[in-house]
Order: sequence, then C-alpha cells, then structure tokens
Amino acid sequence: MKFSEAWLREWVNPEITRDELTHQVTMAGLEVDDVDPVAGEFTKVLVGSVVECGQHPDADKLQVTKINIGEDELIDIVCGAKNCRLGLKVAVAVVGAVLPGDFEIKKAKLRGQPSFGMLCSESELGMAESAEGIIELPADAPIGTCVREYLQLDDVIIDVDLTANRADCLGIAGLAREVGVLNSIAVTEPTWENAAVTLTDQVAINLQAPSACPRYLGRVIRGINQNAVTPLWMVEKLRRCGVRSVDAVVDITQFVLLEFGHPMHAFDLAKLDGGIEVRLAEQDEKLTLLDGKEVKLNSDTLVIADQNKALAMAGIFGGQDSGVAEGTTDIFLESAFFAPLAIAGRARAYGLHTDASHRYERGVDPVLQAKAMERATQLLVDICGGSVGPITEAVSAEHLPAQATITLRRSKLDRLIGISIDSERVEEILTQLGCEVTAADDAWTAVAPTYRFDMEIEEDLIEEVARVYGYNNIPNIAPEAALTMPLHNEATLKLSKVRDVLVNREFQEAITYSFVDPDKQLKLHPEADALILPHPISKDMSAMRVSLWTGLLDSVSKNQKRQQNRVRLFETGLRFIKDDNAENGIKQQEMLSGVIIGNANDEHWNIETRTVDFFDLKADLEAVLDLCVDASSFEFKAEANSALHPGQSAGIYRNGKNIGYIGTLHPSLAKPFALNGTAVIFELELDQIITRKLPQAGDISKFPANHRDLAFVVDEKLNAGNVLKFIEKIGGTELVGINLFDVYQGQGVEEGKKSLAIGLILQDKTRTLEEQEIAESVNKIVEAVSMEFHASLRD
Amino acid sequence: MQHLDEIVANAQQQIENAKDGNELEQIRLHYLGKKGLMTEQMKGLGKLPPAEKPAAGQMINKAKQAIQAVLVARKQAMEAEVLNAKLASETIDVTLPGRGAQLGGVHPVTRTIDRITEFFGELGFEVKNGPEVEDGYHNFDALNIPPHHPARADHDTFYFNPELVLRTQTSGVQIRTMEKQEPPVRIISPGRVYRNDYDQTHTPMFHQVEGLMIAENVSFTQLKGILHDFLHNFFEEDLEVRFRPSYFPFTEPSAEVDVLGKNGWLEVLGCGMVHPTVLRSMGVDPDKYSGFAFGMGVERLTMLRYGVNDLRSFFENDLRFLKQFK
Repeated sequence: MKFSEAWLREWVNPEITRDELTHQVTMAGLEVDDVDPVAGEFTKVLVGSVVECGQHPDADKLQVTKINIGEDELIDIVCGAKNCRLGLKVAVAVVGAVLPGDFEIKKAKLRGQPSFGMLCSESELGMAESAEGIIELPADAPIGTCVREYLQLDDVIIDVDLTANRADCLGIAGLAREVGVLNSIAVTEPTWENAAVTLTDQVAINLQAPSACPRYLGRVIRGINQNAVTPLWMVEKLRRCGVRSVDAVVDITQFVLLEFGHPMHAFDLAKLDGGIEVRLAEQDEKLTLLDGKEVKLNSDTLVIADQNKALAMAGIFGGQDSGVAEGTTDIFLESAFFAPLAIAGRARAYGLHTDASHRYERGVDPVLQAKAMERATQLLVDICGGSVGPITEAVSAEHLPAQATITLRRSKLDRLIGISIDSERVEEILTQLGCEVTAADDAWTAVAPTYRFDMEIEEDLIEEVARVYGYNNIPNIAPEAALTMPLHNEATLKLSKVRDVLVNREFQEAITYSFVDPDKQLKLHPEADALILPHPISKDMSAMRVSLWTGLLDSVSKNQKRQQNRVRLFETGLRFIKDDNAENGIKQQEMLSGVIIGNANDEHWNIETRTVDFFDLKADLEAVLDLCVDASSFEFKAEANSALHPGQSAGIYRNGKNIGYIGTLHPSLAKPFALNGTAVIFELELDQIITRKLPQAGDISKFPANHRDLAFVVDEKLNAGNVLKFIEKIGGTELVGINLFDVYQGQGVEEGKKSLAIGLILQDKTRTLEEQEIAESVNKIVEAVSMEFHASLRD
Repeated sequence: MQHLDEIVANAQQQIENAKDGNELEQIRLHYLGKKGLMTEQMKGLGKLPPAEKPAAGQMINKAKQAIQAVLVARKQAMEAEVLNAKLASETIDVTLPGRGAQLGGVHPVTRTIDRITEFFGELGFEVKNGPEVEDGYHNFDALNIPPHHPARADHDTFYFNPELVLRTQTSGVQIRTMEKQEPPVRIISPGRVYRNDYDQTHTPMFHQVEGLMIAENVSFTQLKGILHDFLHNFFEEDLEVRFRPSYFPFTEPSAEVDVLGKNGWLEVLGCGMVHPTVLRSMGVDPDKYSGFAFGMGVERLTMLRYGVNDLRSFFENDLRFLKQFK
C-alpha cells in the first residue's frame, strides 16, 4: 500500500522524523519497501494568475500571456499549453528558477515575443511521468506563494508491504491507528457534517446470500453535476497513494477506499431495473465488466444484481452497463460488507485483482459501512452537488462476524515469549490497539476491535504484545534441552562420504533443475511416462525428470559451448516415477548420477593425452561402491539401456538386484544433446548403497606371499569377470589376491580367442607354503578354469 | 722414529692425491696391507731391545691409526663426491605441475547446506528429508494455509492438479516428521523448493533449510538466541541482526530476520513460534508444548557469504563458476 506521509500526519503527527517513522513502522511489521518524493527538486515556482492571454502573432500553437505573481509588474510569458486561459491560477517558474533535471529558466524570446518564465505542467515539476497541459491551481490559490509549499510537495510516497493479516492498514485510518499505538499518541479523525437527506427515494435491497453479504447499504443521490471536477487536493492525495484521477464520482469512492480502507461502488440509478439482489451468480451467467471484458460467471461468485441481470461482481469489479458514465445524473451508492471467504480466490479465478477485491478478501471492518457511506455522500455533495436520499440498510445480524473475546493467560504469554512483560505494559498495548481489556487473576480478557478481525486467538494477542513491545527489546537466550545423544548408525553411509570420494576424483557437483525438456528426456528414456507440469516456466522445463541424465548432459553441452571440453560432473537428487503404489502416485527416489567426457586428464607435460572411456568411470564408481565395504555384493552385468551404447553398457547389481546403469552414451544421442566427444554416464539408486558393512579385521599373515602369474587363452566373448569370480570361488583360503593385469589378442593367440593374464597371490596365515603346495594349488586352479571355460594355458 | 713420521707424511700426500677408490685401495695395501710398510715396521720391532719395544710399538700403532684415519676421511669424501655428482644429474624442475587427479568440488549450495546442518547438528538437530512432489495437505492445509488463503496466491505454486504440487517450502517436512515422532524434537530439513517465477532474482527452483524445535518451554527468546548464534557463526562476523515482525500462517508470533550489509538491511530468513493450529495438526498439545520454526533461503545466504552476484549462476553449472568452490 502506498500512502502520503503528509496525509498520514493529518491524522496522527508524532514528533519523529521521516526516517524514524519509516523505521518505526517497519519494525512494527509494516515493512517499508520504498520512500519516493512526490515531486522533483525545484525552486522559484510561484502561484500566478493569467491576467492576459492572447494568440501569438507568429505562432499558431503559442499564446502570449501576462502573469500576475503578486509583484508590481506583470510578467510576460509565452505558453504552448492548450489549457492556458484567462483567469487561470498557474504554477509559474520565474527567471532564475531551477526545475528538475537542473533545468534553469532564463529570459527568452519565442518567435519574437519576450518570455520571462514558464507556466509549468505536472511532469515539468516531477509530479507525473507525463502531462496534458499546465497545472490548473484552485481559484483561491494565493498569488505569489511558493507552489512547493502550497501543494505540500515536501511530502513522500511511502510504499509499505503489508502482510496478509494486516488488512486493517489498507487505509490511512488504519495506518494512523498503528502509528498512534507505536507512539502512544491520539489519532485525529477528520470531521464532517453528514449531508442532509432531502429525498425519500429508496431502492429495495434483498440479501439472498446473507453469509456472503451480511450487510449492504445503499443510497440514492440525484442530480449530480456530471461535469464536476475533482479538486486538486483530492487528485493529489489520490496520486500520492498511487491512484489516478478518473472522474469526480470514481475519485470520491477511491478516496474513501484510501481514507478508511473501505471499498465503495456507484451505480447509475437509471440503469437499475427494480431493487437490488445480492446473490450468487447463475453458472455461466454473463457480465460485461467495467473494462469492457465479458466474463462467464461461476456459481460461487457473489453478484450485485437487479431484478433482471447481474450488475457487478460483488466486492471485485463493477459492470459496464450499470456503471457511472457520461450523462449519469442520478446514482445509487453502495457500501457493503462482503465476507472474506465469499470473495477470496474469486478475483484470481477470473484473472482479476482490484483494490476492492484485495481488501475484501483480506477483510474489511464490518461496522464501517455507514461511516464510509456518509463520508462518500458528503464529498459527493460538496464536489458534485445533488440531493441525497436516506440510507437503506439490509443486514443479517447473525451472519455478521462477531467481535472476538480472547483470553490471554499470563503463563502462556511468558512461556511463548520467554520473558515476563509488565502487566501494565501488556494492558496498555492491548488497550491502545483498540481492545476492551479486562484484567483477571493471571489473565486478561480482550474484546478485539471490529477492525482487527485478524485477532482471534490467544497467540494473536501474544504477537501483538511482542510486536508493539518490540522484538528487539526481547533478549536472545540460548535454548535449553536434554543432552540426549541421538543414534548414529555407522552402517548407514553418509551422502557426504560419497560426495567426497567423487570430489577427490576430480568431479564437480552439479545441481540441475528437477524439470527438464520432455523431448530430450524421451530421447534418453523413450519408455518414460514422465509427470508433466501443466503450467511450466517454459516447455523445456515442463517434464519432471525420470533420471538425472537429461540435466547433466545439458550441463555438459553448455560447458562445452564455453570451451570447457573436459567435464566431470555428478549430481544427487530425486527422480520422479509414476507408481500407483507410491504415496500420491509418485515414487520419488534419490539418485546418484555422474558423467565424464573429454580427456582423461588435463593436458599434462608428462602424461599422454587420451579420451575417457567406460573403464575410467567404472573405476570412479567402484571407488564409491568400495565405501560399502561389501565388494562381493556388487556386480556389473552387460545389459542394454536405451540411452547407452549397446556394446558398452552394464547394469549395476547389488545382491542380485539392479540398482542402476553405467555405460557409454549411445552415439546417436551426441547430436541431439550437442555433445562434443563421447560421454560416459552412470546412475544408481542412492538408497541401495546407503547400507554398508562394518569392517571386520582379520589376522594379517606373517608368512611370505607367493606370486604366480597365469595366462589363460579363452573365447574372446567370455567375460573376464566370470573367470575372476570363478577363481575366487575355487581358490580356497590360501588364495589371498587375484589381479587381471593383461588382456591380449593378436599374434600368438588364436583368432577368436583372447589371453587373460592373471596374477595370483597365495599365502597361509599359519605357515610358509612349500613350493609343492603352491604348485598343487595353482594346478588345481588351472585345471578347473580349463574345464569350466574351455581355456588353455598360453605357452 | 724420524722414519715413521716420514712414512705417515708420504701416505697422507698420496691419499690426498688419489683419484679414485682403486688408487686409494692400492695405497691402503701399500701401507696397511699384510705386506705393507707398517706391517714391515711391526716386524722390525723384534730387533729392538725388549725395553724399547712397547714404546716403539705404540708409535707404530699411532702412525697406522693416523694413516687409517686419513684414508677413511678421503674415502668418505670421494663417496660424497660421487653421490653429489649422481644427485646433481638427477635434478628435476620442482615447479612443474604434479601428476594425477586434481581436486573437484561440491556445489556451493551443498557447501552452505552442509555448514548449516553441521551447526544445528551439533545442537542435536536431526536432518530430515521429505518429498518434493507434495500433496496440498502437507504443503498448505496442515500449515494453516487453507484454500483461498491470500498466502497461497503469494506462493506462485506449480500445480500438477489442485491436490498435488511441487512443494513451495520445506515446512511440510515438519508435519511429516511429527506424524511419526513425539516431542521433544529438533529437526533441520534442507532441500529443493519450487516457485513459478523466473527472472534476475528468482529461479523456479531453489533451496531452503527448515528448522523446528518443539519441547515443553520453547520460547521466542530462544528462537532469537539460536538464530543470532547461527548468523554470527555463518558469517563469522559480528553482524548487526534485527528481528522484524512479519506474518506467516504457520507461525505466531512471526518474524523476518535482517542482517546489516554494506548496502543496508538484507532479509535472510523467516521464523516464528509454531502456530497452535499447526501444532494440533502435528498432534501436539499447544498447552503442553511450544515450538519455534525457521526457514532460510540457501542461495541468498550463499550469495552473501561468497560474493555470488547472480542467483541464476547456481543452476547453470558452469565449471568456471563451480571450480571456485573447493
């Protein structure tokens, strides 16, 4: 809400500076976002009167004027504004004046005519972005006074970001109450004499939906002057609260809205067909709004209707057909209380947000309607004239919100705040806030003021006391709690350890969006049925990811576009898989995923440059899996995956269960992902590696280890892993180490075969092995492997 | 005896001039070998009268020792020379870069989350996670944000359908945790949250850390105390901190916390005493227990801590950006 400081100070004027005021309200929970001057910096602009005004002899669009600024001599000024006319009170920048933008006024000649100053428009004084003509000051503006003083332009527009609970401050009255409380000073409301009722006309009002509209006041005013001009003081007040002047009637309703926070609406009486019905709309009932748009109403929308048709969306927006327009002389003025729940969300459903809906959906004082009506009537009669009918009030008392009576216990207050605030101060704060306070033993009973409908429960009062007492006057105290040691499960692998392993292997952690381009994702996972966001930021951020690969590969591509060709990234985060058995139909699993591309090392003076392949990433992954201290539970099995090269992909298994995939990205995907080079990627389910074994220490043998190397010739299609697993199984306790150190095909090895060179380490824990025993063990292995895999020893 | 001195002097001279180990060995044999000069001298002792023998023997031994000492010294010097020459030939350029994998890094957002969870972990706050696709109950209703509450409109929520959203806050984890636990509880819950907003200062996904403490006498003073300590720890500076009244449907009293930066006050987190309605939806009796909750934006804190200027850089994953965080 934007408001003028000067207007506020008309209501309540604490002896504090502007900075102190904005700080004070900010620290009371009304956060000040901006403070802007209401006009630019300027000097020597005076109130003047146009005493002569004639056509410039040599320029069609200019007028030659003589201006009285209260000095002995009149000033000659040439003016180009169409609205410059005889008798007008104007803002005169005299010679020597400096206008915003350091624009100095000098003596000039315009097409041969002398000009000793300038008649100013609002934009020239920094009061508006643009202006049609020069400022028209009121006829009683005293000639010769400084315009800055006359218009109170040393004012600022304070923009305060009100929280949803403080609708009571959506008007000067509420802000003034708040400032009054904070300074413990009284608020002076403006006074006026209610317009005299001279007509007997009334319009019947029927509340058909009394829970949505428990109170509706209407009044007929006839014979208003449709040409009446909104007085400058009102235009200025509106402007300084961010509201543009439209016409006198609209301006007056807006003024009351800003002054008391109460929305009003004026209908053209001639357009009403019979009495007023406040009812819910028929489903799909049509209504053309003030902005000319036709809407189809929902049946949950409250409307103001006559006997035939909906006239306006209650509390949200007026209708075009029944609105005040050119030619309107008789009006029907509305001042109503609509229940917040009847308005909330409705405006948004039609894509609307108005000053009225903003207030009604947060809440309006339910007893303010008559006062707002009288204020608006008085202003209307003052400005537009007219004869006034009596107020017709329809009310359903049982549906009006009751004033809350709240008990505040001393014990609860102290427990929640943590210190004990003096009873006197508590009572003072609540009373100043408008509560009727009754003190009892260790408690108070407070009846909340009608305008503080946000006060409903004990905690509301506690907040009010703490807030006005000042949060920063409440001390900081460390919490106390029992020193209960939580369970620390060592067998649960910490994610930070996994990250550390990858970081130590030169990976950078990435964080990519959880929503990705559905087309790209489908290229990786053609079978995926991703969860789609109906209203995404953009289409390429509309599909919930089914793996982290889409985001990671996109990041690789972006890096390569910035000449970062060697990329090693990993990410952890949820993937989202539709699953009827999961909560809300979505299985949300935490995944670990990685990608490498480019050279194995940065170019190095001493290391040969080569590009990465499957086995580079496999080693990284094995290092991670090693954290589980359970190597034998893991297995890599050749297995196809739509995203991976069919000959270079593996399923990752733990205890026989697939927990992920690793492989070279399918070559056909390099182009759609704009990748330069071959990417190798993996992904696994983090919760499948989160359980690890605790290390179990065995005895370390004191006896010598015996190394024996064997080279088996086997079918080239045979997986080496099978051979190693087999040897491990049959090797017995003496076999303490196996290492595949060479794979060879070529000269000396038959076509279609390959040679696997395997190093064995044999060792006993209790004695030195004899040469003969070693030979027997090795032979046993050789024979078994030969049998199992049709292998032969290489010569 | 003159003769012995001469032998020693000659030997010294020769040892000094020896060019290598071989020559040195020849010299040793010449003087100290079985057929060497000193052995001969010893043999000559027999010719002396018995009374002179001990003294003469002593002289010879002394001379032998003198030659031996010079020999050893010369040998060591020679070995040192050889070693030095070898070492000199093995000199490397120690300024050349090392070989092998360099260090990667965790994402700065993770770094901040790790720090925050560590600080609170030391106070017994347990880390809890929750789903990101969340139902309306946990994201809104249970947090005292009924349908049509103006706060819902402020959230720019990504809806899948009216009952299923991308969570707009980590606060739902409070509810989920309390469905399974009884007070006292202390939890901290970091994670991704989502808002349908994308510009210079908003990304549609960002991170929050939510904290919750519920026990019998938890108070606003304690909330202030713990957050004050946290902010001083996080920034490692004696920053000015202020608590400003605010409004959240799930806490009351509520506050926003600002720190005084170079360009004025900056909002860094929101907090408050858990609203009784929320306590009840957690199954906690508000007359027996009280609690505080706080939520902070991880990216904002990270930007302030490490001088990151553009929020969007967190999700671009540009290596040149990421590699600054080791």
